[in-house]
Amino acid sequence: MTKHVIIIGNGITGVTAARHIRKHSNHRITVISGETDHFYARTALMYIYMGHMRYHDTKPYEDAFWAKNSIDLLRGFVTRVDTDARQVHLGGGRTLQYDALLLATGSQSNFFNWPGQDLDAVQGLYGIPDLVTMERWTQGITRGVVVGGGLIGVEMAEMLHARHIPVTFLVREQSYMDYLLPAEESAMINQEIRRNGIDLRLATQLQEILPDENGRARAAATDQGEEIPCEFVGITAGVHPNIDVARESGIESGRGILVNRFFETSAPNVYAAGDCVEFREDGIGSRRIEQLWYTGRKHAKTVARTICGWHTAYDKGVFFNSAKFFTLEYQTYGDIKPNRDPTVRTFLWQDTGRLLRIDYVANDGRVVGFNLLGIRFRHDRCEHWLLQGATIDTVLDNLGDAQFDEEFTRDLRRAAMAQS
Amino acid sequence: MALIGIGIVGLLAAAFGTGSTAPAVSFWISMGGLTTGAAILFRAYLRRPAGVDNNGVWFSSATARGMAGWILGIVFTGFYVVLYWAPANLEHLVRMTDPLSHMIRGRAADRWFLYGFFYTMAVLVMGARMLVKYRSNPYQIVRTISVMFFQLGFAFLIPGLLLMFNQPEYYFSYFWPLKYDYLWPGSIDYLSNASALGVFMVFWGTVMFFVATPILTYFFGKRWYCSWVCGCGGLAETAGDPFRHLSDKSLAAWKIERWMVHGVLVFIVGVTALLWGNSATGGSWLGSLSGPFAQTYGFFIGLIFAGVIGVGFYPIMGSRVWCRFGCPMAATLGLLQRHFSRFRITTNGGQCISCGNCSTYCEMGIDVRWYAQRGQNIIRSSCVGCGMCATVCPRGVLKLENGPRRGRYNGPILTHHDQVSVQIDDAWIQSRPLNPPAQEDIPILTDRDVAGMF
Repeated sequence: MTKHVIIIGNGITGVTAARHIRKHSNHRITVISGETDHFYARTALMYIYMGHMRYHDTKPYEDAFWAKNSIDLLRGFVTRVDTDARQVHLGGGRTLQYDALLLATGSQSNFFNWPGQDLDAVQGLYGIPDLVTMERWTQGITRGVVVGGGLIGVEMAEMLHARHIPVTFLVREQSYMDYLLPAEESAMINQEIRRNGIDLRLATQLQEILPDENGRARAAATDQGEEIPCEFVGITAGVHPNIDVARESGIESGRGILVNRFFETSAPNVYAAGDCVEFREDGIGSRRIEQLWYTGRKHAKTVARTICGWHTAYDKGVFFNSAKFFTLEYQTYGDIKPNRDPTVRTFLWQDTGRLLRIDYVANDGRVVGFNLLGIRFRHDRCEHWLLQGATIDTVLDNLGDAQFDEEFTRDLRRAAMAQS
Repeated sequence: MALIGIGIVGLLAAAFGTGSTAPAVSFWISMGGLTTGAAILFRAYLRRPAGVDNNGVWFSSATARGMAGWILGIVFTGFYVVLYWAPANLEHLVRMTDPLSHMIRGRAADRWFLYGFFYTMAVLVMGARMLVKYRSNPYQIVRTISVMFFQLGFAFLIPGLLLMFNQPEYYFSYFWPLKYDYLWPGSIDYLSNASALGVFMVFWGTVMFFVATPILTYFFGKRWYCSWVCGCGGLAETAGDPFRHLSDKSLAAWKIERWMVHGVLVFIVGVTALLWGNSATGGSWLGSLSGPFAQTYGFFIGLIFAGVIGVGFYPIMGSRVWCRFGCPMAATLGLLQRHFSRFRITTNGGQCISCGNCSTYCEMGIDVRWYAQRGQNIIRSSCVGCGMCATVCPRGVLKLENGPRRGRYNGPILTHHDQVSVQIDDAWIQSRPLNPPAQEDIPILTDRDVAGMF
């Protein structure tokens, strides 16, 4: 039987689900978005502002792709879902009937009730609308302050820096991202941020944003008692699941839309996936709320199968992630904790601009995770080692096999062995 | 900037007279001004930490098809128009290069020497820019030094020295079908009768195309030539680098490309066969037509396409228009690369974030992201292996490799490159649950697979 599948959200999760449902079935598919007509890569927002790409270049599929694959795109804001009548309500009184509904509403920027956070020229960075306002508020300014030491914070600092705008970067932690990264990695990133001319203030929190006479930010006051004059404040203190529609529709939510391992919500035929969900139990995902590009894509592939009739549980697989801090690339595979417990040992190799960390179990040498800065490793290889329970000796003996740096790069194994 | 201005003024002065009256002074003022000015500009790269340095590329008038871009395009195109159709206007500039020409070739300059000189200067000066801009990337450094070396040595100095020693002017770095006439009966007769070295040239040209080309392409892909040796590629990779993102990435452009570039190849093979047939039958096929026939082709393809559009349109259509749409050598290498090569761009598992930097900076207009975001290796006949997709990728997803052929094509090959499979009937769906597809696109490799891969 052909169903009508409605997907709310055209980010990586919504669109991946649509593509996979199309691969598996001839269901009618409608993707609704209030943000843009077409799917674009949110990860590339910074590159538009920096002039590396145009908006058009960030669209992973040509506009004709959607019609060719009979995926209907609809621009509009969903206000509410009637889960009994199986209807989606859009602004303007329009309704749509569904057989299966996927909520892929993503997340929203965190604002922690700072005084002055509603002033003009204070904003987060999540989507195209943010990019538009950022463009407007950063014209001809003399300093920008970025608040919050996560991945988006560094991106925003890099964006402003690329436009020759001096940046002060307030990070609450003692060292950048020390809640996720061991000390050496964190220190190397601090250094990279400073090397690029960013005024990085560690262990510093935003107290208040001060207004000028027009209601626009004119300075950021810190808990160190300092007032930093600026005309723009970027708030990058993380994101939280966007549960607006779910809450309006009586779909059970906690911090995120609550789902089981099949991405089923409390309402029949309503699924949720990606950044907006919270797993009901621990152990389904790497954490209760997974908000990565990669996890969004993986949730989507799984839920697409369930919607097409193969009830499929989420398999979180071997964890991986990547990022880039100015010129410094970062990859991680498996499980690396900032503070190792005593049963885990670490192999650490550092060189100018490069770092390799391999954590392994002390008693049997089984490798549990990799952290890499300035080095590229093969995903397949690392995943294989981690699944297979390869020992530290095996891994070190075969390091060259994992290296994925461009040709003519010095052989890592030789370099690492020469030093250690 | 001031020095570049002096260089340009010097060049203009030379063009309007001083090139003849005071060639050495004109030469040193214009070339000195341009090169030192450029060197000072390039130092700006060194003041920034080494890494991908594309800030503001789409904001600059010169590199985003703005007014400056169009003016540059018109100037480049204008130069080719004057060079081909009104060479008398270049007389003074040609005279300016007389001293150099005497030094290298033992004779006075002509317009082709002037052209070769400008071309080589562009490759060397803009090559220096590549070396500082991409100094963090070993592949780009080695490759750029290679194109600078081949342009200076094989496409400029050696042909000049050959003339000095009264040998036929021959470019050891160009082969049939790019130099379409190198395997034509006329050229072979001429070279074989010219000298012992001429006989070697015939041997060289034949062996390079029939033996070395397939072997090198098998081991390294098309890049051994297109982005390491070739002069057209050399100019595109150096002077063309600021414009690489202007290539058209659309599916429509790809379709046009395939028809055009293979069309040119078929045409050249046809013409060459015809000329040999004609020669074998003592000229009975074409009669007196063979000369004009060859000339017409040379005019349309060699001059208009490769020069005027190929280089003149850099600031409008990107740096590889000729290589992509017109070069018969690229077409030949492309067929070999697609079907008989170990070369591929490996996609690193599921790491792609679909940002689009790879596609944007692909000078050949390949939508690299299309493959990368599916975890699929990139094997495209048009890929010249410049490695820029891997260089600009912010997540280390891509790597150029010459691995074994097994496992080269990987990942989710669906019904067609450009679409997910569609329109499946209900009955088919009903039959599927018993045999669901693999959950992840990324295969977990077995030991044996991995052992063979490295």
